[in-house]
Parts: sequence; structure tokens; C-alpha cells
Amino acid sequence: MTTNDEIKKLYGKGKKRKILAIFSVFLALIITAMVSISIGAASPSLLQAIPVILSKLFPFLHINPGSRLAQLIIWNIRLPRLVLAIIAGAGLAGAGCTMQGVLRNPLVSSYVLGISSAAGFGAALAIVFGVSILPFGRFLLVGNAFVFCLIAMIIVYAIARLSGMTIQTVILAGVAVGFLFSALISTIQYLSNSQNAVNAVVFWLMGGLYTATWQGIEICGPIVAVVIILMMLQSWNINIMTMGEDVALSLGVNSKRVLAINMVLETVATASIIAFTGIIGFVDLISPHIGRMLLGNDHRFLIPCSIVIGSFMLLASDTVARMVISPVELPVGIVTSLLGVPFFIYLLISKRRQVWR
Amino acid sequence: MALKLTINKLSFDYTGIQVLKDVEMSVDIGETLSIVGPNGSGKSTLLKCINRILKTKQNTVLIDGKDANKLNLKEVSKIMSYVPQNSTSTFPYTVFDVVLMGRKPYVHWSLSDRDNDIVVDMLDFLGISHLALRHFNELSGGEQQKVIIARALTQQPQILLLDEPTSSLDIRHQLEIMCILRSLTQSKERSVIVSMHDLNMASRFTDRMIMLKQGCIFAAGTPETVLTEENIEAVYGIKSSISYSAIGKPQITPLVTEAYGFRTNYRLIEGKHE
Repeated sequence: MTTNDEIKKLYGKGKKRKILAIFSVFLALIITAMVSISIGAASPSLLQAIPVILSKLFPFLHINPGSRLAQLIIWNIRLPRLVLAIIAGAGLAGAGCTMQGVLRNPLVSSYVLGISSAAGFGAALAIVFGVSILPFGRFLLVGNAFVFCLIAMIIVYAIARLSGMTIQTVILAGVAVGFLFSALISTIQYLSNSQNAVNAVVFWLMGGLYTATWQGIEICGPIVAVVIILMMLQSWNINIMTMGEDVALSLGVNSKRVLAINMVLETVATASIIAFTGIIGFVDLISPHIGRMLLGNDHRFLIPCSIVIGSFMLLASDTVARMVISPVELPVGIVTSLLGVPFFIYLLISKRRQVWR
Repeated sequence: MALKLTINKLSFDYTGIQVLKDVEMSVDIGETLSIVGPNGSGKSTLLKCINRILKTKQNTVLIDGKDANKLNLKEVSKIMSYVPQNSTSTFPYTVFDVVLMGRKPYVHWSLSDRDNDIVVDMLDFLGISHLALRHFNELSGGEQQKVIIARALTQQPQILLLDEPTSSLDIRHQLEIMCILRSLTQSKERSVIVSMHDLNMASRFTDRMIMLKQGCIFAAGTPETVLTEENIEAVYGIKSSISYSAIGKPQITPLVTEAYGFRTNYRLIEGKHE
């Protein structure tokens, strides 16, 4: 017979194991970051990179940053890209994880509300016609993509609201709005006279981290950080939502409100990322599942774990994308899928316990 | 302290289809009340209306004389808890985590030792401590039902609502669940409202019964007054014979007869499709 104290001890142990799992992935992320910063077409090493970073972060220490070239490559090219990969992976995975939870659907990604096509449409408008719906100046493309994500979310929310705000209507409305915007993208491409502009749209839709700048990071970094914290505060609610709407209500959780809150959070996170990077898929869908296999479905641990896995996956993929046929680089989306799918299939087969049904 | 629940002229419709009509009842402190009636008579809907899962008009559900519509979800969830007909989760959790969800009305983010203690005590009370770290969806129906009851009790409710908790269980588990429910009201600190299909179980284990027919209360009172041959014929459309067995409560034996619109002798029509 198991005594009460034993159960508490075992449960506590399980919790510690979960924290350890998150920490292990985090360690892998740090190591990948160190490898990533010291690999590239030009090759300042890790040893050269450290003084550059320290001198920029802590100017009052008066560390000698080393050569101008090393400074330029590390600080202006590699580091922004690395930081953007971490931010983008984290935000997309967090959004995917919370959306799968509140919509009780393991097939849902952070683009479920149609926002990838909406962002693509906003970008295409900016690229092909140079038009934006708000005066964004030099952030024309980014601003347009972001605003159209929000528009897509508002349309989906309105449709869902009118038809009872159930999870099924949210998913279906999202799919429909996604199709609408991708039809609009195709229309723009079809009507455009400039082959260059069409190519640029296709390239944008593929997504990538090559456009990373510190200015972009200063905008999307804080947004993603705040949204991630707010997402983690939702973890209890999401846990209870997965038990069904009636149960959620009887436990005092207003599931419609939780759904709406999470729709806003995930749209803001995803939009602020893909406005800068273009559409990066797969990370948002798969990271939460890898997290589930590592430590189960408790969102209090799953959300942080998915976030770290997302960062790790995107950074590792981007590093491979940069070096595999260097100096030419592959779009990161291709590498994410090529590396991630076999790994995911391996996990799927090797794990005996069902983590979703 | 347990609370008195009063239902006052409660009606409910699902976009035009009337499910409940002018239901009036009250549940006294420490009472076990069963709701019986045929499929579609409104048993589940009534429970959901009481629990505020479904919204009803002002002053239709009163808790100690106060309108339940004036309470928010969280306040209601500290007074009542609900055990649904069947529980599944798309993303399964361990038994401990499922029961821990019952603490939701009382905590926001971090759990205290006390919350864990309550969970452990409830697991112990229901005799499912050995399942604590198993996955909820790997359990049998009877075990799952006990886990969900443990979660409902972890909410520390004064009124416990259960929707057909015994319907899919074997006879041993049915008895076990009913004995658990009985023991909950013994201290007179809690009331239990349970919808049931098994009239004999309801008769044996509950103080009072409410018999629904097409959304209206057809009969209410002690099992002796509700379970009569006439009532059963009027509500279910079957003949039965009532006997008083060793337990001193009315027990029903349904009789099979051709007179009530269904065939008693089903035979495949052979040769017709050759």
C-alpha cells in the first residue's frame, strides 16, 4: 500500500524531473548558441566572440573587443541572427503550445487563426504595390504584415463570436480566413507585372532569419517576452480547459474568456515575429509535442519547456542552414522540417505512453 | 456549513427547443436527492442549470435564498462541484494532477502544501492512492469515476452534483460509488444531487427522488411515494411490479408486454434480402 507521504514524495520527484528536463534543453540551447556564434563563412572563433559580446554588453568594464572585423561579424551579423532565432523559436513554440491546449487539438499550430496568410498578404501588398494601411515609413513591410495578422484575428474572433465561440468554430473560421488571405496573395502575384516583386513575395513567404537586425529585435523581443510571461500565467486555466468546457465552468474557469485571451496573446506573439522573419513553420507545431513526450501535459511545465525547445530547434536549424552549403544558405524552414521530422518520428515510435488521444 | 438550494420556476431551452419547464424543487442540508426520468427528460440539463454551466433567468436558482446569478463563476465553484457523465481529456494528465485541478477555485499560480495534502487525503478517502501517478486515461471506467469524484471533493463543495455516475459501471463499482455518496452526507455538511437511470439504486441509496417527464417534474418525494406502478407507467411507458425486499425500499421489476408499442420478440427477417 502506498502511504500518503510516499505519494507526495513521488509527486515532488516527478516535478523535479520536469524542471530538470527543461534545464537540460536549456543547456543544449546554450551550447548550440556557442557553436552558432563561432561558425560561419568568415570565421572569428568563440574565443574572439566572447570579448566582443562582453565589451558591448558591459561597456563600463573597458574590455578590449579585438579586431574591427571580428566586432562587425559577431555583433552586427551573427549575434542579431542568433538572438532573433531564440526569440522567434520561443514565441512561435509558446503560441503553438497554448493554442493546442485551449483548442484541445494536437494538430493546431500558431497559424491556426489564418495569420500566416494574412501576414503574407500584408507583406505582398507592401512588396508589390508599396501600399500600407497605416503610415509605417521604413517599417512598411513589417508593419503591414503585423497589422494584417491582427485583422485576421479580429475576423476569426468575430465569426466565432457570432456562432457561439466554440473551439470548433474558432478552428474552422481560422482555416477559412487563412484560405481567403492566401487567395488574395495569389491574386496579387497573378496581377503583378514585376517578376522581381513576385519572387520577393515567394521569398518572404518562405521565411528566414537573414534579415535580423538589432532594431527589429528591440521591437519584437520585448513584445514576445511579455506575451510569454502572460501565456505562462494562463497555464492552470489551459490545463483545466483541456478537460472540456463544462468541467472548466464548474471549476470556475470562464473558458470562452480564456480562449479569447489566448487568441490575442498568440496572435500578438506570432505576428510580431513573422512580421520580421516571414513565415517560419513547423517549430510551433512540433515543439509542444516534443515537450509533451519529455514531461507530460501539465502546462505549468509544458509551456516553458516548449519555448526552450522552440528556441533550440530554430537556432540549431538556422546554424545548419547557414553552414551546410556555405556560403549559400538554405531557407531555415526547409532545414527545420528536414531535421525535425525524422527526430519527431523517432520520438513518436519509441515512446510507448500515449501523450494525446 | 451546508447550504439550502432552492429551484424556483426554472425553465430552459436550447435555441427554441424547450428542455425544462417550470421546475420547482428544493434540497435540504445534508440530503441526498436523485433525479430520475427517461433519456431526454432533462436530467443533465437540470444539473447544468443548477451548476450555472447553463445560464437561466434571474431568481431561478437560489442558494440560501440568494440568487445564484449574482455570484460569479469562482464563487459558485466554491459552493458546488460537478461530476460529468464521462470525462476525457485530449491531453491526459496523471491522476494526481487531475484531482489537483479541484483546487483551482482557491489558488492562482502556486500551490501550498495544504493543497497537496487535501489531494492526498481525497485519494485516500476514495481508496485510489495507488493510482496517484498513473495516467488518467489508462484507468478503467470505475477508477476514472472515483478520480473525478475525488476532484469534485477537492473543490470542498457544499453541494455535489453528479450526472449519471453509475451508468457505465459494473455492479460492484455502482454499489461502491453509491456508498461513497451516502457517506458524504452523513455528517450533514454536504448535499448530494445525483441523476440516475437505475431506479432500484436510486430508491435504495437516496433520501428523496424527483421524477422528470419531458422537462417537468412528474413526481417528487420519498422513493416510496415516487416509485409507484402508475408513475412508472406514465413516465416510462412500461408496466412494472413494485416489491419491498429485505432492504425495506421499493424495488422495481419491469414487466415485458406487447401492449406498449414495442415488440417483445425481435427476430431477424430472414430470406427477405436474398
